[in-house]
Amino acid sequence: MISAVEHFPLLIVVLSLFSAFTIFVAGWFEKKSCVFISIATLVTQFILSIMILHHVLTRGPIHYWLGGWQPPWGIEYVMDALNAYVLIVLLFLALVCAIYSKKNIEHELPQKRVSFYTIYQLLITGLCGITVTGDIFNMYVFIEITSLSAYALIAARGKIALKASFTYLILGSIGACFFLLGIGFLYSVTGSLNIHDLSLLLPPLYGNRVVKAAFVFFIVGLSIKMALFPLHTWLPDAHAFAPSEISAMLSGIIIEIATYAFIRVAFSVFTVNFIKLLPIFDILCWVAATAIIIGSILAITQLNLKRMLAYSSVANMGYIMLAVGLSTSATNYPWGGLTPASMHILNHALMKGCLFLVAGAFIYKADLWYIADLRGLGRKMPYTCAAFAIAALSMIGVPPSVGFVSKLYIILASLEAKKIVFVVIILLSSLLNLVYFWRVIETLYMKREEGKEHSSTSSSSKNELPLSMLIPVLTLASLCIIMGILWLTKIPIPILNKVNVMFGLVGRP
Amino acid sequence: MIETIESVRPLLAIICPASGAILILLSGRRPNLREGWTLLASLLQFSLILSMVPMVLAGKRIECNFFTMFPGIDFGFHVDAFGLLFALTSSSLWVLVSFYSIGYMRTLQEHAQTRYYFCFALAIFGAVGVALSGNLVTMYIFYEILTVSTYPLVAHEQTSEALFAGRKYLAYLLTSGCFLLGAIALTYSIAGTTDFAQGGILTVASATHSVLMILFILFLLGFMKAAYIPFHSWLPTAMVAPTPVSALLHAVAVVKAGVFGIVRTVGYVYGIDMMHELGLGIMLASFAAFTMIVASLFAIAEDNLKRRLAYSTISQLSYIIFGVALLSPMGITGAMIHIPFHGFMKITLFLCAGSILVASGKKNISEMAGIGRAMPITMFAFTVGALGMCGLPPVCGFISKWFLGLGTLQANNLIFLAVILISSLLDVIYFFPIIYTAFFGKWEGTESSLAKGKKIKEAPMFMVIPLSITAIFSIIFCFPNPVTDVILDLVRIAICNLRGG
Repeated sequence: MISAVEHFPLLIVVLSLFSAFTIFVAGWFEKKSCVFISIATLVTQFILSIMILHHVLTRGPIHYWLGGWQPPWGIEYVMDALNAYVLIVLLFLALVCAIYSKKNIEHELPQKRVSFYTIYQLLITGLCGITVTGDIFNMYVFIEITSLSAYALIAARGKIALKASFTYLILGSIGACFFLLGIGFLYSVTGSLNIHDLSLLLPPLYGNRVVKAAFVFFIVGLSIKMALFPLHTWLPDAHAFAPSEISAMLSGIIIEIATYAFIRVAFSVFTVNFIKLLPIFDILCWVAATAIIIGSILAITQLNLKRMLAYSSVANMGYIMLAVGLSTSATNYPWGGLTPASMHILNHALMKGCLFLVAGAFIYKADLWYIADLRGLGRKMPYTCAAFAIAALSMIGVPPSVGFVSKLYIILASLEAKKIVFVVIILLSSLLNLVYFWRVIETLYMKREEGKEHSSTSSSSKNELPLSMLIPVLTLASLCIIMGILWLTKIPIPILNKVNVMFGLVGRP
Repeated sequence: MIETIESVRPLLAIICPASGAILILLSGRRPNLREGWTLLASLLQFSLILSMVPMVLAGKRIECNFFTMFPGIDFGFHVDAFGLLFALTSSSLWVLVSFYSIGYMRTLQEHAQTRYYFCFALAIFGAVGVALSGNLVTMYIFYEILTVSTYPLVAHEQTSEALFAGRKYLAYLLTSGCFLLGAIALTYSIAGTTDFAQGGILTVASATHSVLMILFILFLLGFMKAAYIPFHSWLPTAMVAPTPVSALLHAVAVVKAGVFGIVRTVGYVYGIDMMHELGLGIMLASFAAFTMIVASLFAIAEDNLKRRLAYSTISQLSYIIFGVALLSPMGITGAMIHIPFHGFMKITLFLCAGSILVASGKKNISEMAGIGRAMPITMFAFTVGALGMCGLPPVCGFISKWFLGLGTLQANNLIFLAVILISSLLDVIYFFPIIYTAFFGKWEGTESSLAKGKKIKEAPMFMVIPLSITAIFSIIFCFPNPVTDVILDLVRIAICNLRGG
């Protein structure tokens, strides 16, 4: 008997697509309705994604054949532990950002509300599509949908954002081309586009140059999409000038979905056996390590808060890719395999989501872009600043936050892989994080406002965010702590370990 | 094998300051209620920790495990005699300093008092957590909480000097936290566990000598809170903090957490026998001896009272490291009892410095001529503390120095005995001028302060009573009585545990 849940992978994508059109139509009549339709859709999708995860964990993977066509010919949607997990992360952050955007978009883009939410839903469609699909060409299509809507959303503010968006457009298209070339190469030698089918057809061809070249094309293409150093140049401007909820989505989800796509390509299309043939993951580790250090150093030099956070994202993509790079050499439960990488996908989404939303809050309240302007806000906006402090401490890696857990897992993985140098790099990067995040915390709380020497009490009245913006920010901040403790109790680890078992990375505990 | 009992008391003792901190934050608008929470939390915590003493004295170990973080690492508390000793010291002094804080902060009309009390409670949460932790990872979690929560207290004044001190504080201590995390991860990958065990968890066979040596150096760098030279300079700089902070955190909780960590590493991670085998004991002892002497020399040159006390702390902390590094039972006894004894004496000195500041606004020793006549109780308590620091009877510093001296003899090292004596002499050199100036110095400030219509008199009762209590206890500890017996018994049990029964 087929349970209803098995239809959900398609439903999630279609729901979002329909809601995009609904918003467009409804927007003609009532502009205010857009945000509510968007939120309602996301809530439904989020619930569906939880049910999918539950189904995957209890009954095993879901295979959905579009139009009933059998896999090698038709498009197949596959849900396993990895993408069910990523889907939850993605929809959760999207939901939080949508709630946050209500007031912020009214304030920033009052004329463009309808198109904003239409494109926002298209963005979600693309992201969900990348996650659920089991077909490599279909994945390319969704990557393009995601990127196109992201270009539009970044450009929404006009002026300098147009330039940022254009840079992203050019580089993103190049990345997509590389990805497409990779698909073409694989198709030319195997004649298949289905991920599972490819993984069966490829092993005899592992020595083939075309297959190796295809793998490199995938890596380069996705590295541009995930802004892995040195291909990160589009990211800082795009993050800095987009509306804040889009910055949060860009940093927390859009570039992370590229790491998901990378994991999918590397472990599902190709397999561990292929990766072990080439030294590619060793190189990847070093590139990622460079990204961590350079990203952090560049972040230190920034004066604009959102640009600083953007460079911090470059560093954090380095964390994820370092963890991916170590996944084949560290195999012990619980830190072996992809666990640290998939863990950091969620952790980074929470932390960076929170930080960008707070940065957006400063812009919303007082149009403050630069770190030096943030003096004394700790008194004026106590809850918002507390959220920032928690997320920033988490980025630095103070226990028991999520950042600490990520750090610890990556350190243990690199120790097991006998690569002490990465332990040093992780520790060094947390010090660099300290330098640039503490500067902000100090400005928020400790630096006196100019011209207000020793005016201790009631110098500045409270000026908190509206509740609909405050609640998302505080939710993310408290999750930074709660998830950190949950990770330490290892309650969610078995989900991630299923992924490792599926890819043949780790034995059962 | 030690008998263990399951109990949630360690957890409750930790929760007290944590929930206290939240309540303080919530009642920020009502100062009396806020300070009430501080007092309540501190009293409750002290009595909870006190209630664990009989069990530990009966030779049992209290355990409280929650969940497994990694194979072989639980998140949990193990209360043994040594941990309890540190917890007792911190929590009992927190009670006294809470009263003192009220007097100090209100008299000086400090700003941001809610933040102050909140962070103070959080710091105690960290310190007691460190004391009761059952393994290195749990300890690391609290250790870092302690570091971060102390920052707002150091930078409390929010002047550029205070901000600089705060930055320096974090730069030193979070860097050291990174070393510690590296060391813990390495220990885990070598030993497969990080529990504090009798006789240590590392064995000579488990790794090469050079790896074990490097790991030990990593641990030392990780416990930079112990403020040994050359990584000491954050401590004198941090003296810009309000005096109760300097008193409790920078004489007891924070710095002792570092020393505590070193003792844990030596005794429970490496084990006494392996320390002998690797020759690490003598290295550590020489290192500590160097700090003892040099820090005292720095202290002589310092005119700011609190900074001089800070250098004295640096020197005294190294006594503890030194005693443990001797690896002889007497030496370790001296080290362990010096934790509560030094705590009480040094806090007396700091509280006196604070009440001088409150009563007269004076920070430098050269300005304090004749102040002993205006503030007799305070300066008398100061004298008691100073005598103790120099190791003179009838103050408890004498006992710890006596044991340390016996320890050097047990370790057959006369040079180290000479070091202790020289260092005591230096203590005398930098403390006696203060006492002399205070009591016999020529009273200069009279006219000017009379002109201001303000005569220097004793600080408020909230401040004088706590410092008298600590001074009285510093003397009581020197004589045989039930309280001293409890401390000595705890130390004896701890040493029995160290040597494996």
